[in-house]
Order: sequence, then C-alpha cells, then structure tokens
Amino acid sequence: MLDKTGFPLEMTGEDTPMVSFRKVNKSYGALTVLDDLDLDVAAGEMVSIIGPSGSGKTTVLRMLMTLERINGGVIYVDGKPLTHMPKGGHLVPANERHLRSRRADIGMCFQHFNLFPHMTALENCMEGPVQVLGLSKAEARDRSEELLEMVGMISKKDQHPSRLSGGQQQRVAIARALAMRPKVMLFDEVTSALDPEVIGEVTNVIRKLVSEHNLTMLMVTHQMGFARDISDRVCFFYGGRIEEQGPPAELFGNPQRERTQQFLSAVREAV
Amino acid sequence: MGLYDFLAQYWPRLLSGAGITVAQFLLAAALGVAISLCMGLMKLSQNALLRGTAVTYIEIFRGTSLVVQLYWIFFVLPLFGLTIEKFTAGYLAVGMNIGAYGAELVRGGILSVPKGQWEAALAINMSPAQRMRRIILPQALVNMLPPWGNLMIELLKGTALVSLISVADLMFESRQINSSTFLSAQVFGAALVIYYLLARFLVTPFMRWLERHMARKLGRA
Repeated sequence: MLDKTGFPLEMTGEDTPMVSFRKVNKSYGALTVLDDLDLDVAAGEMVSIIGPSGSGKTTVLRMLMTLERINGGVIYVDGKPLTHMPKGGHLVPANERHLRSRRADIGMCFQHFNLFPHMTALENCMEGPVQVLGLSKAEARDRSEELLEMVGMISKKDQHPSRLSGGQQQRVAIARALAMRPKVMLFDEVTSALDPEVIGEVTNVIRKLVSEHNLTMLMVTHQMGFARDISDRVCFFYGGRIEEQGPPAELFGNPQRERTQQFLSAVREAV
Repeated sequence: MGLYDFLAQYWPRLLSGAGITVAQFLLAAALGVAISLCMGLMKLSQNALLRGTAVTYIEIFRGTSLVVQLYWIFFVLPLFGLTIEKFTAGYLAVGMNIGAYGAELVRGGILSVPKGQWEAALAINMSPAQRMRRIILPQALVNMLPPWGNLMIELLKGTALVSLISVADLMFESRQINSSTFLSAQVFGAALVIYYLLARFLVTPFMRWLERHMARKLGRA
C-alpha cells in the first residue's frame, strides 16, 4: 500500500532491507547535505561509508539515529518507517513516541565516545537496559558484564571514563550500545579521535562483531584499509549523493568514477 | 561597656537571633534551590508558555529590589486577602529572590553539558525526562556548584532584610539592643563577626564538601 506521495506505508517481503533511505533530503538553510539519497542496507550487511568531509556521510548516520530530522523522503528500518508514521493511510512526520519505539532497533557509537562521566564503565552499560528496557539490575549486570568481557574491558568495569584511555572508552561505548540489543549498529568515525597505537583494539572489536554476529552495520570511516577488510560494500559519498558503490575489492581496486579515483589517490598520498 | 561585658550580658539574644537567621537561611535556600531548578528547566523548555512564565518570574524577582518584594509579600498581599505570617513571609521573599538568580545558574549549568551527552542518551533511547534526570542534571550540578557557593553567601547576608518586617533574626536583635543601649560599636561589631563566622564556617565548608563529593562521583577526584 502506498502513501499519496508514493512511499510505501510498510515494506514487506523476504528481501526487505534492514535499512532503506528513500529519496532522503537534508539541508541546513541553503546548504544541501543530502540530495535525494537512496540507500538500502540488507540485514546482516556491513556497509562502509567513505568520502571527503562535507559529503554528508556522517549525516546519514545521524538521521538514522534520529539525532536530526530529515527535510524530505522517508527512512525505513526493518520495513517500518522510522522518520514517519502511518496515519489515516498516509505517512506523516513521526512524533516523539513513534521515534522512541522505532529507535530501539538502532545503536550508535560516536567519534568522541560520549560515555557518561558520572558512571563507571559497568554503570554506563547498565543504564539503558535498566532505565529504558526495564531489566532488573541483576539481568542488566549479567548482560553488561558479558559484553564488557567481549570487548576486553571487564577488568576495568568499575572505573570511571576519566580513568580510561580513548581506546578503552570506545570499547566501553561499543558495549553500551550493544547492551540495548539493536538490530542496526552505527559507527561514526569511531577511531578518528584515537591515538594510532590504540586504533587496533577498537577495530579488532568491530572485526569480531562482523565475524561472530549477524548485526547490520553502517560505518563512517577514514581508515580505507579497515573498510576494505571488513565491509560487504563500500559507498563513496560526494556532494550528498552516493557517487559510487560496490564490493570493497572493486571500489578500491578499480574505481570507475573520476571523483572516486581522485579521492582514493589523495587518501593514498596522505598515508 | 567593654566587649566582654557586652557579650556576657547580651549573648542569649544574639544567639537566638543567629538561630533565626540560620533557620531563615536554610528555609530560603531550600525554597531557592527548588525554584531555581523549576525555573531553570522551564526557561529551557520547548513550550512557549512555560518559557514565558520563567522569563517573567526571573525578570520580576531579579529586576526589582528584594526589600520591595519583601514588603509586597508582607504588607501588600494582605490587602488582597492573602495574609502571611512574618517568619514565613521572610524566607519566602528571600528564597523567591535567590531562586531567580539560581534559575540562571541552573540554565547555564545545563547548557554547559556537552551536546554529545544528550546524543549518547538519546542513542540508548532514553526519554527526554530520563535524559535530563539521569544524564544531564548530575553533570550540570557539578558545573554549577562553584557559583552556587557565592549565591548561598549572598543569600545568608540577604536574610538580614527580614528584620525589616520584625522577624527576630540576628539583625533585628542587634537593632533592638542598639536602640535600648546605644552600644552601637559593640552590637553591630558582634553582628558583623557572627555573619562572617556563619558564612566562613558553615556555608563555605559545606559547599566545598559538596563540590568534592560531586567531583568524586564524577570520578574526577
């Protein structure tokens, strides 16, 4: 069933993507950040987003996390509209209640970690499960400790973030996001604020997630080697659109578009 | 009369006055903190009516004289049928006045919490109320404690004005003693020292302790 503007009220069928951007527009005043973006991400797929700064790549994640509203189009998560809600057979902009119910499917890690400074690593992880999901403290603790174990931070569980290095904080932040059991995980330049020698401890955690879990993941990154290693697909953003996308071997090995070639050679020179 | 003889004779009245001053201070502080929180949050609200109410409140109580506010509450409100006993009128006026200043501190403290904290709280799907209560306010409180220390000392000194509506605080007792004995230097000297001691050894240490306590909770100490 279609909305009067041509967007489906719900996406059904076996090949329904986990995430779907349909003609999404975003602008800040006269500045267009995303220009009629169409992007589907299949369940369990790992998609990396690369591109020059200002190309709109971080905006994609921020809109999916509902940190920012879109100006046009519709975003679907797991077949159901995220940015809109059905009302009288049409899609209308989502209210806070709808956003809250749909947001539960999405988790996000930030460039600057954004751990809660007044809570220990463990409390950071337990906060969402207890306050939002309504788990008992014991259940939330079990779940959080298991995840802190997975990211190698169990020995620091009672430390406040101020006592942890950047890499350690980011690993706790990943555990905090996973504790909410999202279907989609977003990584927004999670290694950009880290010292070079600790980048590996964070990328290793993400590698582990890719190999051992069936999470759908979107990652904005400047680390081309890492994106090449672990992605199912790489999207090159330019000017608020996907300029080129494909499997990492193709996009990095044999880029078709001139802008992709320019960007990749500029990145290689920098390294 | 020497200071020693003076104190020996009048200490019970000065002590009882100081007790009333402390009581006025504590009640006004509690009221002021509560009003600060409400008005500070309302001023940041999306709702124009709530925001407008807070702005009006802050403008009135910050923009006009505390003595006039005190007289309004004690002398004018009864004309409209609302009579308030003088002790209550005293801390009400002082607390409402300090609440207007505190509201700006609360607002500033909340705005000083990095945007990333709001976003992280939203990313784990907390409701707006949970975000404020669990994540933002605890951090905002730490940031706003130092200016609150100043405000609390202002408040303590401000309570002296309740003597103008005959609340028997330290200032009132001092004036009474002065008018019957004319020992101005001794009585107002003693009052000066008592106010100083209260601020220096009651308010300041408590605020310092609170700052250290909160810093520890943040894992900063």
